[in-house]
Amino acid sequence: MTGPAPSPKIEVRDLAVHYGKEPALRGLTLDIQANEILSIIGPSNSGKTSFLRSLNRLNDLEPRIRVTGTIRLDGKDIRRDVAVEDLRKRVGMIFALPNPLPLSIYDNIVYGPKMAGVRDKKLLVRLVEESLRSAYLWDEVKDRLKNSAFKLSGGQQQRLCIARTLALRPEVILYDEPCSGLDPISTAKVEESMAELRKDHTIVLVTNNTKQAARVGTRTAFFLMGEMIEIGPTDKIFTSPENKRTEDYIVGRFG
Amino acid sequence: MTREGVRQKIGFGTLLFATLLVVVPVVFVVGTIVAKGWSALSLDFLFTMPTEGMKAGGIFPALVGTVYLVVVAIVFALPIGVMAAIYLSEYARDNVLTRLINLAIINLAGVSSVVFGLFGLSLFVVFLKFGVSIISGALTLGVMTLPVIITTTREALRSVPRSYREVSFSLGASRWQTVRHSVLPSAIPGILTGAILSIGRVAGETAPILFTVAAFYLPNLPHSLSDQAMALPYHLYIISTQIPGIPENYRYGTALVLVGLVLIMNISASIIRSRYRKRK
Repeated sequence: MTGPAPSPKIEVRDLAVHYGKEPALRGLTLDIQANEILSIIGPSNSGKTSFLRSLNRLNDLEPRIRVTGTIRLDGKDIRRDVAVEDLRKRVGMIFALPNPLPLSIYDNIVYGPKMAGVRDKKLLVRLVEESLRSAYLWDEVKDRLKNSAFKLSGGQQQRLCIARTLALRPEVILYDEPCSGLDPISTAKVEESMAELRKDHTIVLVTNNTKQAARVGTRTAFFLMGEMIEIGPTDKIFTSPENKRTEDYIVGRFG
Repeated sequence: MTREGVRQKIGFGTLLFATLLVVVPVVFVVGTIVAKGWSALSLDFLFTMPTEGMKAGGIFPALVGTVYLVVVAIVFALPIGVMAAIYLSEYARDNVLTRLINLAIINLAGVSSVVFGLFGLSLFVVFLKFGVSIISGALTLGVMTLPVIITTTREALRSVPRSYREVSFSLGASRWQTVRHSVLPSAIPGILTGAILSIGRVAGETAPILFTVAAFYLPNLPHSLSDQAMALPYHLYIISTQIPGIPENYRYGTALVLVGLVLIMNISASIIRSRYRKRK
C-alpha cells in the first residue's frame, strides 16, 4: 500500500466481556484494517465468539452479558454514536450453523432490506440476484427463488445466509465458524466467495479450523482463555510465531 | 428372561395400565353420551325453540347463547392475552414486577370458576352496571380464560427457535420488527391452538355464567349484548335437575351437542396446526 497509513476500519480498545461474573474476554486492544481478512483462531472458550458478537452488539441481547471498553467503526463509538440497527446493517454476521428463516429463498434475502425500509420491487429483485451471485449460489437456485429455504442442502443454506447478509451491502462481515457444519466442497465455495468479497468488505473470520485461517486470512490472531496472545500477518503466525503457545496450538499440541 | 428384562416388563406394564386408566373414562363418558343422546339429535332439535315447558322442542336459544358468549369472550380476551404474552416474553425484563405478574397469572388460572362467577357479578353486573347480560357473562368468561391464552401464547413464543430472533437482529431489524416478522409468524399456529382450546373451555363453563348472564328460560332470542341469554351448560343443568319428566335422550342430546361443540373446536385446532406446519 502507498501513501499515509489509512485509519483502521475498526478500533478495539480495552474490550472486556463478562458472562455474569465469569470473564470471557479481557483487555483486548486491536485494529482491523479495511479490506483485510482477519482470522481469529483459538480453542473453545478462548473468547473468539464473544469478541465477534461484540462487534455487532449481538451480546447486548443477553442480559447476563456485560461488555466494557470501546469499539470504534470508522472512528465512531458503536455504542454511543451509532444506532444499533444501523450498526448491524453495516456489520453483517454469518453464524456457525446455517439459520435460514422459515421463508422462501427470495424472502430470506430481502428480509434485511425490507426491514430497513426498501420497498422498491425492482431494487429488491436486483439485490437478490447480486447477493446470490456473490455468494456463489445463484446458478443453483435461480429457478426456484420462491421455494422454501429449508429445502436447500446445508451448504446451500449457509451460502443463502451469506447472500442474505450481503443484501444489506454491509461494510464489515463477521463469520462465526461458518464452515463448521459443511462438507469440503461447500467449504471451498464459502472460502472462494470470501476471497472475492474481500475486495470491498472488511472480514473478520472466527474459525476452529487453523488450516482455514492459513488459507484465507491476511492476518491472524490467536486467542487463548480470554486473551489475545499474538496477532500478525498470517504467514508469520503460521511459520514463525513469536509466542510458544501460539506455536503449540498451530502444530496441534493442544486445543 | 433376565431379571432386568422382568423389571422392564413390570415397569412398562404399569405405565401402560396408567395410560389405559386415563383413556377408559373418556371412552366411557363419550360413549354414554352418544349412546343415550344420539336419538334426540336432529335439525329441529338444534334449531327450534323449546316447547311445553322445555320438555319438548329444541335447544336453539341455549345454542345461540353459548355462541354469543364464546364469540364475545374471545374477541375480548384473545387480543389482550396475546399482547400481554408478547410483552412478557419478548420485552419485559426479568425483575420483581414481572415475577409478580407471572405469579398472578398462575394464580388466576387456579381460581375456581364459581369464584370467577362471583367476581363477574360484583364487577360487571353490579359495579359497572352491565346488569345480568351477555356482556357481563362474556367478560367474566374472558377474564377466566386469560391465563390460558397467556400461557399457551408464551409457550408458542418460547418454542420459536432462538436463532430466528438472532438472525433478525443481526440483519438490523428492531425488536418490534423481529417480533412482528420473525417470531410471530412461527408462533401463530401455537397461539391459534391455545385460543381454540380456550374457546372449548369457555363454551363448557357453567359457574361463571350462573350469576352473570344465564337465564332459566327465555321465550325470545337475545337482541343485544345487554340481554340475558340461555346457555348450553346451564340449560343442561336445568333440564337435568330442575324440571322433572324430561326425556333422557333430550338431556343426553344436549350434553352431546355441548361435547360435540368442544370436540369440533379441538379438531379444528389440530387441523390449523398441521396446515401451518405443512406450509413451511
